[in-house]
Amino acid sequence: MNILYDERLDGPAPKLDRATIRDSLTQAIPDMTLLSREEDMRPFECDGLSVYRTLPMLVALPDTLDQVQRLLVECHRLGVPVVTRGAGTGLSAGALPLEHGVLLVMSRFARILEIDPEARIARVEPGVRNLAISEAASPYGLYYAPDPSSQIACSIGGNVAENAGGVHCLKYGLTVHNVIKVEILTIEGERMTLGSDALDAPGFDLLALFNGSEGMLGVVTEITVKLLPKPEVAKVLMASFDDVEKAGNAVGAIIEAGIIPGGLEMMDKLAIIAAEDFIGAGYPVDAEAILLCELDGVEADVDDDCETVRAVLEKAGATGIQQARDDAERAKFWAGRKNAFPAVGRMSPDYYCMDGTIPRRELARVLKGISDLSERYGLRVANVFHAGDGNMHPLILFDANREGELAVAEALGGEILELCVRVGGTITGEHGVGREKINQMCAQFRPDELATFRAAKAAFDPNDLLNPGKNIPTPARCSEFRTIKSASADTAPGTLQG
Amino acid sequence: MANATHLSDHDASAALAERIREANAEGTPLRIVGGDTRFFYGREVEGSELSTREHCGISFYDPVELVVSVRSGTPLGELEAALAEHGQMLPFEPPRYGAASTVGGMVATGLSGPRRPWAGSVRDFVLGARVINHEGNEQRFGGEVMKNVAGYDLSRLMVGAQGTLGLITEVSFKVLPKPGATHSLHLELSLDEARQRLAEWGREPLPISAAAWLDGALHLRLEGGPSSVAATRARIGGDDLDNDFWAALRDQRLPFFRAGPLDETKSPLWRLSLPHRTPALELPNADERLMIHDWAGAQRWLRADLDAEALRHACQAVGGHATCYGPRPAEVEPFTPLPEVLMKYHRNLKAQLDPKGLFNPGRLYAAF
Ligand SMILES: Cc1cc2nc3c(=O)[nH]c(=O)nc-3n(C[C@H](O)[C@H](O)[C@H](O)COP(=O)(O)OP(=O)(O)OC[C@H]3O[C@@H](n4cnc5c(N)ncnc54)[C@H](O)[C@@H]3O)c2cc1C
Ligand SMILES: Cc1cc2nc3c(=O)[nH]c(=O)nc-3n(C[C@H](O)[C@H](O)[C@H](O)COP(=O)(O)OP(=O)(O)OC[C@H]3O[C@@H](n4cnc5c(N)ncnc54)[C@H](O)[C@@H]3O)c2cc1C
Repeated sequence: MNILYDERLDGPAPKLDRATIRDSLTQAIPDMTLLSREEDMRPFECDGLSVYRTLPMLVALPDTLDQVQRLLVECHRLGVPVVTRGAGTGLSAGALPLEHGVLLVMSRFARILEIDPEARIARVEPGVRNLAISEAASPYGLYYAPDPSSQIACSIGGNVAENAGGVHCLKYGLTVHNVIKVEILTIEGERMTLGSDALDAPGFDLLALFNGSEGMLGVVTEITVKLLPKPEVAKVLMASFDDVEKAGNAVGAIIEAGIIPGGLEMMDKLAIIAAEDFIGAGYPVDAEAILLCELDGVEADVDDDCETVRAVLEKAGATGIQQARDDAERAKFWAGRKNAFPAVGRMSPDYYCMDGTIPRRELARVLKGISDLSERYGLRVANVFHAGDGNMHPLILFDANREGELAVAEALGGEILELCVRVGGTITGEHGVGREKINQMCAQFRPDELATFRAAKAAFDPNDLLNPGKNIPTPARCSEFRTIKSASADTAPGTLQG
Repeated sequence: MANATHLSDHDASAALAERIREANAEGTPLRIVGGDTRFFYGREVEGSELSTREHCGISFYDPVELVVSVRSGTPLGELEAALAEHGQMLPFEPPRYGAASTVGGMVATGLSGPRRPWAGSVRDFVLGARVINHEGNEQRFGGEVMKNVAGYDLSRLMVGAQGTLGLITEVSFKVLPKPGATHSLHLELSLDEARQRLAEWGREPLPISAAAWLDGALHLRLEGGPSSVAATRARIGGDDLDNDFWAALRDQRLPFFRAGPLDETKSPLWRLSLPHRTPALELPNADERLMIHDWAGAQRWLRADLDAEALRHACQAVGGHATCYGPRPAEVEPFTPLPEVLMKYHRNLKAQLDPKGLFNPGRLYAAF
């Protein structure tokens, strides 16, 4: 089932005339950059999931909040859909433009407005890069904890919209745990503050609702994040295993020992080889799996914990355990993990990164399931994941230039996500639903639950103008999904080429 | 996986759903009640009583997974005891008062204890929830896994919504191991000195997990590995303090709180929630030295006859808000009124999720 906007399944799209809308917007906001020529708009036709592309009707590049506000008021008045874009690193086609919509690019809002080391907060514009916050806080001995692997490029506004996670999140939480206040503009152009500088705010916890809402409820225009003191030390252990299942069980054993690592990541053989080949991180290329376990905090405690973890790993059957000797080696160990996606990408013309979360105890079973599916579909899958959180990133290797191979990759990806749901997990841990997983939402939720999501959306955007077609599928799409699923239940997967 | 071998274990969700379907058909509002220990916390609700007490028990607990799922009528004490058996805890230290307090009430009111600034709040540990909606359908949002961004985060939205958006039937929490070592200190310091010291310590990775100033002294709790707790204790100095102090603060058993929120002979009890590092507020009729400054100063308790509007204005001017716990003069709203735009979206959300106004109407604000 195609994920691109399909009027039959996603509802009628407004029939708008580009020239008329462009003229209205130019008149209402003469000082704003508005792109309408095809060659100018090309760079914006996709996000990090580049196999899906749509040219927007117009691209708006505002510099001031006032322009954003006027743009929203005008689009609301004209009934023009608006898709907000941060840095465009999203991997679920959340910022995929609409042919009949305006793409609102927030990248020019890239100022750090305030770092308050005493209050341990940073107030920033949405286009600020994730890593730039930690860099700015560093002179004060502080940092911003959530660290998506894309942190050199992705924007904090996009992080809020996706509730982004990273290596540190097992111990330090996701974006939702580290953002204390956001300023937003509604589709009607109203300004609202959610959360506060205090530890709570009266009324509903709309701040929680907006985290991970994928640009569907409002445009995030300012963010206040918590900063944490940098841990005194961080040490990393790398354990090799000759069996993926043993590595999976070691993850549980570490937690069971009462230790919450600062990061606990796992990579399988294919990913290890790719990363080693690309970065030279010093990974054991003959291992079936490696675990990277980082312990951070006060030196004395970290040393105690390293000893405990070492003993746990030995007992779990690790064939080798290596502790990074210094910060340089530690950085090298992590460089392999942080670059694992592009590293795997070098092994194949294209790769498709999935993102599902499972209960940790199902790790071995799910990895086995993925390997079976990989064989059945005839596509290689490398596994890289946040093992401590049970958040998996299977990378499907394929070649988009080969007839039908994208469709096979999509079908395989869909099956992996449905496997996650079957073992009690979810179709997305951190990348979001966007357009990519719109069909699998029908597998995870019942029609009445989806109706409740739609009701929540309607409270903020009754005319469905903000990022329409993303995140929550229509009833028509789900009934088609269910029909196809039941029809294909007894068909061989190789024939799913449509 | 540890199985629920506890006092009570009963799934009453079908009966609860049936009651809600009836209420929906008749259009009769419901007053949701757990232990009814918190009836004073908020506005009065006119409605037919719907109790969750029968719907109790731990439905899933896997200590290795750090996840527990609990039915909403389960007594809070029972949940905490089950976690303690495995050396785990609810890190946000929800306040307890009576044995009757339920998990549903804890989530619906969303209150957190002394560890809150360091560990996070109730909502930070909610992974998922089952909620019965206005049509009597039990729906599941979030889940039992650590990370999940499928759909909107409706489970965290339920925290602190005081049952106005639906009946919570089950909640899944992330739990954590209890710290390896705990030591508490008592330091004779003026309020200003205490604030100064806390600001300095806050920028270092010290194992502080609670800080409250009252009665002329800073009360501090250190939690973490035995080595770092011992080192920090030696560095900070002060006198030893009984760890039980924190339970007394958390559960409001300190002499300061002794008169209950309904004791009409006393002045109202106010809770001020303020940004970190907010200096003493200028309040006529109130002396900051007679207050409790918990959460390193971000949560302040005050018992005084104050002009509610003036107090709220002073708190809002610095980015905070004030809640009146009672005894509450008739004209005083318990919660700080919302700005107009925010109120509009609260009303919209309530109208979408509970169109007939069945659930706890008027509990938070008169408007919904
Ligand atoms: C190599 C690589 C590694 C990655 N690793 C991780 C990882 O470890 N963890 C993780 O969580 N993600 C990861 N991602 C995914 C991606 O980086 C995150 O989802 C990120 O949060 C997206 O930010 P962005 O600014 O690029 O958003 P975009 O892609 O521009 O937009 C994403 C969504 O956010 C919305 N949005 C953006 N800005 C705003 C705003 N101001 N207001 C309202 N809505 C807005 C958009 O409409 C869209 O729905 C990775 C991506 C890549 C390419
Ligand atoms: C300052 C302070 C004072 C306190 N004073 C007391 C006190 O005097 N007595 C006391 O016992 N405890 C007190 N507590 C703590 C209280 O025990 C906890 O919050 C407790 O968990 C409430 O549970 P309950 O079952 O009694 O809630 P209830 O009083 O039954 O309900 C509280 C609110 O939650 C809603 N609700 C309850 N269950 C659900 C559900 N399943 N779904 C949706 N909504 C629901 C109710 O409708 C109501 O709005 C106090 C805490 C603080 C911070």
